[in-house]
Amino acid sequence: MEGAYLDHAASTPARPEVVEAMLPWLAEHPGNPSGAHAEARAARRAIDDARDLVAALVGAQPGEVVFTSGGTEADNLAVDGVVRSTGRLPVCSAVEHPAVLAPVAEAGGIVVPTDAGGRIDLGALAEVLHAVGGIGLVSVMLANNETGVVNDLDAVAALLVEAASDVVLHTDAVQAAAWMELEVACRGAGLVSLTGHKLGGPKGAGALVVRSGVPLAPILRGGGQERERRSGTQNVPAIVGLGEAARLVVADRATTVERVGALRDRLEAGLLAVPGTRRTVPVGTTRTPAIAHICFDGVESESLLFLLERDGVSASAGSSCASGAQEPSHVLAAMGVERGSALGSLRLSLGHASDDGDVDHALAVIRSAVSRLREHDPVGGSA
Amino acid sequence: MTARTDPTRVMVAMSGGVDSSVAAALLLEAGYEVVGVTLRLWGGESDSGCCAVSDVDDARRVADALGIDHHVFNLGDHFESMVVGPYVADHAAGRTPNPCIECNRHVKFGRLMDRAGALGFGLLATGHHARVVERPDGTRRIARAADSAKDQSYVLNMLDQDQLAGLLLPIGDLTKEEVRRRATDLGLRTADKPDSQDVCFITRQHGRGDFLGRRLTFTPGRVVDGSGTEVGSVSAVELVTIGQRRGMALAGGAAPRFAVDVDVAGATVTVGPVGDLMVDTTPVEAFSWADGPMGGTLLVQTSAHGSSDPAVLDGDVVRWSEPHMRVAPGQSVVFYDGDEVLGGSIARQG
Repeated sequence: MEGAYLDHAASTPARPEVVEAMLPWLAEHPGNPSGAHAEARAARRAIDDARDLVAALVGAQPGEVVFTSGGTEADNLAVDGVVRSTGRLPVCSAVEHPAVLAPVAEAGGIVVPTDAGGRIDLGALAEVLHAVGGIGLVSVMLANNETGVVNDLDAVAALLVEAASDVVLHTDAVQAAAWMELEVACRGAGLVSLTGHKLGGPKGAGALVVRSGVPLAPILRGGGQERERRSGTQNVPAIVGLGEAARLVVADRATTVERVGALRDRLEAGLLAVPGTRRTVPVGTTRTPAIAHICFDGVESESLLFLLERDGVSASAGSSCASGAQEPSHVLAAMGVERGSALGSLRLSLGHASDDGDVDHALAVIRSAVSRLREHDPVGGSA
Repeated sequence: MTARTDPTRVMVAMSGGVDSSVAAALLLEAGYEVVGVTLRLWGGESDSGCCAVSDVDDARRVADALGIDHHVFNLGDHFESMVVGPYVADHAAGRTPNPCIECNRHVKFGRLMDRAGALGFGLLATGHHARVVERPDGTRRIARAADSAKDQSYVLNMLDQDQLAGLLLPIGDLTKEEVRRRATDLGLRTADKPDSQDVCFITRQHGRGDFLGRRLTFTPGRVVDGSGTEVGSVSAVELVTIGQRRGMALAGGAAPRFAVDVDVAGATVTVGPVGDLMVDTTPVEAFSWADGPMGGTLLVQTSAHGSSDPAVLDGDVVRWSEPHMRVAPGQSVVFYDGDEVLGGSIARQG
C-alpha cells in the first residue's frame, strides 16, 4: 500500500548517511570513550568529531556541547541544573514541552501565558521579571512541537538583559534544529536543547549546549563524563549519528527548507479548500516550514487518525499520553483554541524525505476521511 | 461512498482482561477481520477496573500476540459528562447509581458503537459474559451467560434492536474456567489475570467516600427510627445506601437496624428492623426495551448477581409476588423472560 509518513515532528527516519556512519560504532568498535587504549581513544575521537558538528549546527564551541540521551534529558538538565546551581526560580512559557513544564512546576516556577499564536507574551514575561525576585532561568522554546510556531528569542533575551543580566535563557530547539539557523536564532540563549531523532538522526542521543559561564549542576552524577556535566558512558553510535545528522542539516538546510516549505504550503492549501477547515495558527505567525496544523469542524481527531492509518497516512493530533490515547493539547489550550475545535485537530509534519507523492496521497485520503466522518459520525461535532 | 459498515469487520473492546482477550481470539478464529480498541476513560487516579495504563499495555500485548491492530480511544470527556458527573449528582441526591451500567449505555454501546460504525465496522464485540440470541421472529435479545455465576446480562439491559444487531459476545457460551483454559492454550498473558469488579474511577485504596468527598460537600445527618426518634448520626447522608447497617453510630445491643430511607434534603436517614427492608412494590423509571414495552408478570432482577423474582410490571411500579428487599433509588431494575432480557429501568424514589 502506498503510504505517507507525515509525523516527522514525532520522529524522523534516520538518513542513510547517518545509519552508515553509526554502523561501525555498533558492530566493530567496542571502546568506551573514557578509557585509555586505542579502541577507547577511537570512540573518544568519534564523539568529539560529532561534538564539533553539533557545535557547528548551533554556533557554539565544542566544549559547550553536553551529550544527553535526548531532548527530555537536555530540557530536564537545563531547568534542574540551573535551579540546583543557583537556588533560583525557573520561568517558562505555557506551551513548552512537558520535559520543561514538569521540572518548572516541580521547582515551584512560574508559567507565562502566550498570545493566540502560541508565542510567549512578552509583556507578561516582563511583568514577571519585574515583580518576582530570584528568577534564575527563563525557558522559551524556539519552535513549538505541535504547531511549529517560532518565538523571537532575541526579543526575549533583550527583556532578560533589561531586567536582570544574570537570568539564563534556555531554549528547547528540538523542533527548530532541522529548519532554522540556530547560530542566529539561538544567539541569546545560554542553554539550547537538541535531539537527534527530529533531524534525521537516531533516537537516544541529544545535546544540551551550555554556553561558558552558565551556572549548571549535573543531574546525573557518577563518572564525570562530559566535563562533569553529565555522567554516564556516552551512547557512541547514536552520538556519531547525531553528529552526522547535524552535518547534513547544515549542508543542505537552505534547499530543504525551500522544498519542504513548498510541500507544506501545498498540503495546507489543499486541506483548507475543504469546507469547515481552519488553520490553528493565525495567518502571519512565523512557523517552521514543516508543520501544517489544521482543525476540522465536526470531526474527532481519533476517528480521523484511525481512517488515515488505514489508508497509509501516519499523522498525529495533540499529544499522546503514556497509554497511546490522544490527550487534549495544552498548547492549543494556551493559544485559546476552544476545546471542541482542539479535539478535531490534526498535525501533519513533513521531513527531509517528504515528496509530492506524500502530499497527493495525504490530500486524497484526508479529504475522503473527513467527508466520511462528517456523514456518518454526526455526534463527533458536538463531543 | 463505500457502504456504511462491513459485517465482516469487528471492533473488539479490549479491557486488558482475560475475557476480552479470548473474545478477540475467538473472533479471529471465526474468520472476522478484527481490530482491538481499548478505551481510556479516566485520567485520574485508578488502580482497578478498566482504565489503568497497565491494563492498556496488557490489551496491546494481547493484540500483538494475536497479530491484530490495537488502538486506544480517549473517550474521557464523554465518560466524565455521561457517567462520572451523573454518578456524583445521583449521590448528591441520595441515590445509589450503577456507573458501569451508565458506561455501557453511553460510552461502550453509545459513543464507541457509533464510532465503530463510522469507521466502517459492522460489528462491535465485548468480553461480557452474556449471549445475544435471535428469536424466531428475527428479533434479538440479550440472554444469560453459560456461566451463571459470571452472568453479566443485567449490565447489558439497555440494548435495543439496532445495538443488538451490531453486537457480538464471543465468550457468552463459555464458562469462566473455559475462557481461562482457552487463554492458557493460546498462550495469552492475561490467562491468569484476576477479574476486575470495581468501578474504575474509584480506587480501592481511597474508596467511594474519598472520591465523592472531593466533588461534593457532604451533608451531616440525623439517623431516626420509624417513629422519628433520633437514634444515631452520619457524617455524610450521601454515602448511605438502602440496606446499610453499619457506620450510623447506632447503639449496640438492640436488634440490628438497617437504612430504609435516605433523604439528603432533609439530612435524615431512616433505619428500621430487617422487616422494614421488605417491600411489596418498587417504583421505577427510565425504561429501555429490547423490542418494545412489555408488561404483566415478568422476572425482575435488582442487582448484578441477585436472583430474578416474579413480579407484575404495572405502569411504572413493580408489584412483587412475594415481599422483596428494598431497592436503592438509582439501581437498575431489569426485566427477564426466562433467561432473556426484555429491558431495564431504574429504581426511583417512591
